[in-house]
Amino acid sequence: MNTVWVISAVMLGAAIVITMFRLLAGPGTLDRLVALDTFVAVTMCAIGTWAAYSLDTTVTYSLTALALISFVGSVSVARFRVRDNDLSRVRDTDRADGEPQ
Amino acid sequence: MSGVLDVVAGILVLAGSTLALTAAIGVVRFPDTLSRMHAATKPQVLGLLLVLAGAALRLRGHPDVGMLILAGLFTLITAPVVANRVGQLAYREQSFRDDLLTKDDMADRPQD
Repeated sequence: MNTVWVISAVMLGAAIVITMFRLLAGPGTLDRLVALDTFVAVTMCAIGTWAAYSLDTTVTYSLTALALISFVGSVSVARFRVRDNDLSRVRDTDRADGEPQ
Repeated sequence: MSGVLDVVAGILVLAGSTLALTAAIGVVRFPDTLSRMHAATKPQVLGLLLVLAGAALRLRGHPDVGMLILAGLFTLITAPVVANRVGQLAYREQSFRDDLLTKDDMADRPQD
């Protein structure tokens, strides 16, 4: 039975690490937002796995708190963020004449 | 009987972790924002529900199982809202690849 928890923990850790790559490298804010959402969901999975492994019920409250806070955070980022439509402008200033369009 | 329930809980947690890993791989590997969102939202919600079901099976009879059910309910309610907002923003800002779309239902709508 212990191997099941170890395999789950290893898979969740790998998921966290490779999601962190998209969070750091994502070209736009929306990519980072999606990566952060996945990050929180994987964290919730890890907390649930910990509760199932250790029979420790004090962590279950943080699951509900994380579900609510990630929703509020994602919606407010999607609502109030600055549009990143300057990717093409950055490319234009890199041209030889240096004049932005 | 309790041994069987524990094994079922372990299988559920394992399946949920596999789905979470699949979601993470999809988020890293897929080429544009819409595909990444598609990869992230669905296995992530199902994986989380599987893990929560496994934990609830393992903690059976404890009053704090209600918190697990609440967390699953909140995720089920809020995930479509976030996916809707992010998808609409990504479409408006053209952060998707046209050649990957099979059908564009919003092509003939006025863009606001």
